[in-house]
Amino acid sequence: MNFKNKIKLNVDFEIAFTHVLAKKKQTIIVSFTVAIGIAAFIFLNSLVAGFNRDSDEALFKSTPHIRIYVDDKISQTLISDTSNNSISVITNPKIINENKKLLNPEQILKEVKSVENVTTATIWLNVNVFYNNGSAQVNGSSSGVNINEANEMFDIQSTMVEGDLHNLISTANGIIVGVGIAENLNVKIDDNISVVSPLGIVKIMKVVGLFKTSNSVVDKSKSYMNLSIAQQLMAQGPDYITDIYVNVKDPNKASEYISELKAITKYNAEDWKAANESAEASKKTRGVMMGSISFIILIVAAFTIYNIVNMTVKQKMHDIAILKAQGFAGNSVVKIFISEAMIIGILGTFMGMILGAVLVKALSKVYIGGDKGYFPIQFEPQIMFMGLVVGLIVTLIAGYIPARGAAKVDPVSIFRNL
Amino acid sequence: MQTILKSENITKYFYTPEKFKVLDNISFEIQKSEFVSIIGKSGSGKSTLLYVLSTMDTDYTGKIFIENETLTGLKQDKLAMMRNKNIGFVFQFHYLLPEFSCLNNVMIPALKLNKYSRKEIEDNAYQKLKLLGIEDQALKPASKLSGGQQQRVAIARALINEPKIIMCDEPTGNLDTKNTTIVLDIFKQISKELQQTIITVTHDNDFAKASDRIIEMQDGRIL
Repeated sequence: MNFKNKIKLNVDFEIAFTHVLAKKKQTIIVSFTVAIGIAAFIFLNSLVAGFNRDSDEALFKSTPHIRIYVDDKISQTLISDTSNNSISVITNPKIINENKKLLNPEQILKEVKSVENVTTATIWLNVNVFYNNGSAQVNGSSSGVNINEANEMFDIQSTMVEGDLHNLISTANGIIVGVGIAENLNVKIDDNISVVSPLGIVKIMKVVGLFKTSNSVVDKSKSYMNLSIAQQLMAQGPDYITDIYVNVKDPNKASEYISELKAITKYNAEDWKAANESAEASKKTRGVMMGSISFIILIVAAFTIYNIVNMTVKQKMHDIAILKAQGFAGNSVVKIFISEAMIIGILGTFMGMILGAVLVKALSKVYIGGDKGYFPIQFEPQIMFMGLVVGLIVTLIAGYIPARGAAKVDPVSIFRNL
Repeated sequence: MQTILKSENITKYFYTPEKFKVLDNISFEIQKSEFVSIIGKSGSGKSTLLYVLSTMDTDYTGKIFIENETLTGLKQDKLAMMRNKNIGFVFQFHYLLPEFSCLNNVMIPALKLNKYSRKEIEDNAYQKLKLLGIEDQALKPASKLSGGQQQRVAIARALINEPKIIMCDEPTGNLDTKNTTIVLDIFKQISKELQQTIITVTHDNDFAKASDRIIEMQDGRIL
């Protein structure tokens, strides 16, 4: 080592550096163990993040972040609760068959749109319908929408395979159907089909577009029509709206806006997580699974560091004693051995970050087909950063324990026992 | 004459295997630039006394002063700083750090003291090595030197911070006659020319006779 080139480096660190450098092979092997731990951490967590993002994206093609609707009410007894010594009244509470209509939807929509972080909001009316063409019949559900707003929210345009979304605006009785429906009814663009609502109202509608999603069940049942036609199918006037769909900037924070939206609209609001609890549960399961695997790998890496620093301390008892005799205080000795752990740890963490990034990149090039295309994994800066922090913390802890032991070495007992 | 090191009523016990009084009420003074040998049979307590005086062993009763400054009762970190500045050590086994060159071994205590620039420390270290006649070995790894040379590097290291006192535990215990003579000459030179105090524990009576004063110990007392 030539000290001349490293002016003003702390002497404790110099000693650590020299120790580590004197055992290059061992240093590289141990830091590679750390690298594998960190790479596994980054890779597995990126895998989970990619998976979750992919399933969320699929979900958000048909589910809004927040839905505002009229909640069902349970009927109340006419006689208020009876006290101890009066007659008990047996009641049979039921859901009141009340109108699901939102009052003054345009005003609500305007207010919802003015809420901070709300990106899009649109009125929505779902109708259960039968699609008929001659004797062929398909049942399904149609959404009465403002097509521009709906497109903004669910990117319907990207699923269109034939026709144009905007034909719906120019054609009042137009309908955009899934490819499954078109196939079952044997219709093409510009053909007419009849649509029947549960109330028995029949509308002759013109197919202006076909869409194909990743879900064939959706393709065989779903359609979009103008809001006014949907209202007519429900035998209601132009102010009949049952749902307002809201998208916010960060879907993971959707639940934070629920109370505000409830207060503004006076109606019930539900976020997508509450509406899709099983999806959330499987997401958590995935997180815990991958988390525990990467945790175990990290523990192994931590033990390797601990082991090597511990061994160095044991081998260097005489050196520690002589340093202490020469006036190195206990915390200097701690610094020396923590620095050794950190040199190995930092080297390993950076190698691990590179290795993790390479693995992620390699997997993202794997084609798996279906509507997913390439494997849903991508470079996640946040996880990279987490890998860095975790790597350094693990190293610090793994190095601190043996370093503290080194600080407690009693030089006199070492000198005497020779 | 100026008193550099003073001990008052130092008493120390060993507790294993059983309670045993290893130092019994030891009081003495050592003057500046004195070359003192402590001799005695094995188990007489001479090494124990040296380690108590060195401040590395703090488990004793009584008081120790260096230049009228009380060392007894100071915290470990303070004592470490004090050792770094005021005491140089030479041991029977030279205890150089094997990964470092001789020059770096000599420089380390000075780098810890952090009083001079690296350049000054390096020049100083070269000077000390030259004083001991091994400047040509400066850049070799410590482990590549002969025993006598290693001991001279260790002495250079003890001198680097210009300490007031140099404490030695059997400094020639591992050396042949020729190297012993060299070390002895160096010690005389240091104490007379550089005015540094040398306290050395030794078995070697010829070596002890060459020093200014002999303190002989027996059963934990000074004879």
